[in-house]
Amino acid sequence: MTLDTVKHAEQTPDTPLPWAELGLKPDEYERIVEILGRRPTGAELAMYSVMWSEHCSYKSSKVHLKQFGEKAPQSDAMLVGIGENAGVVDVGQGYAVTFKVESHNHPSYVEPYQGAATGVGGIVRDILAMGARPVAVMDPLRFGAADHPDTKRVLPGVVAGIGGYGNCLGLPNIGGEVVFDSCYQGNPLVNALCVGVMKHEDIHLAKASGTGNKVILYGARTGGDGIGGVSVLASETFEAAGDSASGRGKTAKRPAVQVGDPFQEKLLIECTLEIFREKLVVGIQDLGGAGLSCATSELASAGSGGMRVELDTVPLRDATLSPEEILMSESQERMCAVVEPQHVNRFMEICEKWDVIATVIGEVTDGDRLEIFWHGEQIVDVPPRTVAHEGPVYQRPYARPEWQDTLQADDAAKLPRPASGDELRAAVLRLIGSPNQASKAWVTDQYDRFVLGNTVLSQPEDAGLIRIDEESGLGVAVATDGNGRYAKLDPYTGAQLALAEAYRNVAATGARPLAVTDCLNFGSPEDPSAMWQFAEACRGLADGCLALGTPVTGGNVSFYNQTGDVAIHPTPVVGVLGVIDDVTRRTPIAFAEEGQLIYLLGETREEFGGSAWSQVEHDHLGGLPPAVDLEREKLLAEILIAGSRDGMIDAAHDLSDGGLVQALVESCLKGGKGARIVIPDTASDSGSAAGDPFVTLFSESAGRAVVAVPRSEELRFTDMCGARGLPATRIGVIDGDALAVQGEFTIPLDELREVFEGALPALLG
Amino acid sequence: MSTRIGVVTFPGTLDDRDALRAVRIAGAEPVSLWHRDKSLKQVDAVVLPGGFSYGDYLRAGAISRFSPIMELIIAGAKEGLPVLGICNGFQVLTESHLLPGAMLRNNHLHFICRDQKLRVENANTAWTCDYTAGDEISIPLKNIDGRYTADERTLDQLEAEGRVAFRYVGMNPNGSLRDIAGITNEAGNVVGLMPHPEHAVEPLVGTGRTDGLGFFTSILKRLISA
Repeated sequence: MTLDTVKHAEQTPDTPLPWAELGLKPDEYERIVEILGRRPTGAELAMYSVMWSEHCSYKSSKVHLKQFGEKAPQSDAMLVGIGENAGVVDVGQGYAVTFKVESHNHPSYVEPYQGAATGVGGIVRDILAMGARPVAVMDPLRFGAADHPDTKRVLPGVVAGIGGYGNCLGLPNIGGEVVFDSCYQGNPLVNALCVGVMKHEDIHLAKASGTGNKVILYGARTGGDGIGGVSVLASETFEAAGDSASGRGKTAKRPAVQVGDPFQEKLLIECTLEIFREKLVVGIQDLGGAGLSCATSELASAGSGGMRVELDTVPLRDATLSPEEILMSESQERMCAVVEPQHVNRFMEICEKWDVIATVIGEVTDGDRLEIFWHGEQIVDVPPRTVAHEGPVYQRPYARPEWQDTLQADDAAKLPRPASGDELRAAVLRLIGSPNQASKAWVTDQYDRFVLGNTVLSQPEDAGLIRIDEESGLGVAVATDGNGRYAKLDPYTGAQLALAEAYRNVAATGARPLAVTDCLNFGSPEDPSAMWQFAEACRGLADGCLALGTPVTGGNVSFYNQTGDVAIHPTPVVGVLGVIDDVTRRTPIAFAEEGQLIYLLGETREEFGGSAWSQVEHDHLGGLPPAVDLEREKLLAEILIAGSRDGMIDAAHDLSDGGLVQALVESCLKGGKGARIVIPDTASDSGSAAGDPFVTLFSESAGRAVVAVPRSEELRFTDMCGARGLPATRIGVIDGDALAVQGEFTIPLDELREVFEGALPALLG
Repeated sequence: MSTRIGVVTFPGTLDDRDALRAVRIAGAEPVSLWHRDKSLKQVDAVVLPGGFSYGDYLRAGAISRFSPIMELIIAGAKEGLPVLGICNGFQVLTESHLLPGAMLRNNHLHFICRDQKLRVENANTAWTCDYTAGDEISIPLKNIDGRYTADERTLDQLEAEGRVAFRYVGMNPNGSLRDIAGITNEAGNVVGLMPHPEHAVEPLVGTGRTDGLGFFTSILKRLISA
């Protein structure tokens, strides 16, 4: 086969190219020809096709994501915003924190272990590329029905992959979510979040500048795994892209899902951090989706000059790879750095110390083109911005689905409710024994949460909290939340509820929420209904972030999460990062001290649309999700933070799915202490539900938390709530070894524990 | 002169920072050792920390055993140098034949991370003398290859000589024979265990307990009184 050089492309304008198989639309291909003034070479086509895929170009989402910038609240904390590998936030004392959540949904369905493992690897390299030491990870996961046979294939593989990779990197896994719903049966959601810490002056950006600077590829050798992975990620069907991936007449089919090597990644992390310490790089970029195509074009596009790359110098695992395949390969554990010539030797020494292969593959030029050569012959000559940053942008049509009204009219208020104490008791046990509400220890016990020795709070706490400075006690908290059921009922409100919950969870630990990252998991953007859900969720999230004063710093969009015509519930997952000046002041969820008073903060209304109770007891999804009041969320957060800082509360737990009773059970079991609860009467100011035990225990009204107050602090605490106008209702006391709701039921802790902790092991073995 | 305790970093070691911190909190001087070092830098004792050295790709600890620093440590240990192997470090010690037996994959085949209760069976070793035999302590356990195994004769011998240093209490988390969590050599200077004392040295982080600090105060006392 002859090499398809630039010269050859000029001479053979009519050669047919497989642009359609690579996922490009006719008008997209036309635009490439227009940009280049000729047909692209095979290598150029490979680059454009992966970089213009949905996954890399955000072509369907861009017009909506813009709002996160346009409506961004004023924040002094933001150091680096959307568009870089990850956003960076100032947390004080000279420290900056970077964090981001990403999806690895489709690969994890095809190959659960490697899909999930490389999801962790990818997000960790994103954080590393900002100049930060990765310090923690967390994984929001969503699977099909817990008792479905395929869930038993996907879930253990995903969990083992996250554990197998993350545990080997030495990063504590401090939280996340595990959710079951049959809507995710053919489209599990495997999202991964990483947090990194650095000093302000250590921030690094992905850009290539300075003519004559060297481009160094380091890390693993490049192999044939993951070729076309990007196309698979974002294509309509796995099969269509799978065929094109083998391409070029080769018979050997390699996996479209990448294979991870966590040991190599660990070396890459330590090696890169040592390189940062010695200030040896001008710009740096990790290799993830679209591999070298992405790294070279993004570095060159963001920099001031052009770039020249000798592709045949790339170290290979498989010597038969074609240049197109090398450009598209998504082999893991690779980074690309731009280094001034006088620092190259030292750079290489550090790589050698860590047994990391490093190769100068090119240099920054004074032109404005990205030029790639293969044994001296030019195979790529493109303006890098057209590849990396000026891809197609679509204004996809969207429309509110016609079934939305019917869904919202199907009110959960009409569902039969438990009427007696015995019925309430049985409903509580069924709730906490259901897969979504039960303990997730079966999953989280497979992750190392202790390594690095800075984990202050981790699962099942409201948020993960890690210390970042041993001397001062400075720490950061992160929580991720999402509720696809709420978002299905109303995507605008659903996105805000996810934001509000993560915000509340961070505040419940005593940390002040600062910034947001999001992973937006949706169906096909070509379906106007799914696109409407996406548009609404973006609008809700952007409005919510503005109201709460927490800017979106970055994130990820995952489309095409659907099987046939059936999409998943729209599932915006929101991560909130907060800061706490002194981690010794953190508030855990555990009820630990007998005699402390239990207060319910906020107002409880009759809100059961999308609730856990309606799902567990009636398999019902309809009505409206709980109302959102973001001013109330802010007030609640201020009270929780002040209460923590001033020693007025010793435990706090946010109220969300499962309502008050879920929170009480978790706080009792964590602390090993019971609680005596009295349902507040109608005379109190705790909301319209007062006096009704069922509504009080199971409603999912937002803007609420339950706290434990030492008796000595009661007056000070209630005075503070009163002065600030936050309803605070005393509902009981920590006492005994049972959860007792006066006049209704008593459940011993042992019985609660058996049901709560036994559910997932019984299902998953 | 302060007591110097070395902590070895192999490629893939993860808990080295934690071990260095634990040494410091106990009051000794932590010294980083690199797997290629040709000197032990005059340390008075060595900790082999947890992790997945060399990716554990052949067998846990199997490749580290051949690193330059291990030659020095093996020779030193035979002369009485106190050595503590934690998790992957324990695996390195068995691969080095400084301690008998081997670790197999957990009987349930999963990685497990939990707060684990142990009983200190031997409080005479260099690393346990600050405990009392029979003490029950809770420290984190986290591994996938943690099932201690040895032939019956070796096990009988370990029991007879009082060389079972720690035993799991309550539940056996991985199928280790005779509930063994850690062992010592005859001289009591080399100790290996699967759970992680270095993760239980501060009240605020980890499990919130400090039950593991005794390992590091033990060695400090032993070295100072020596």
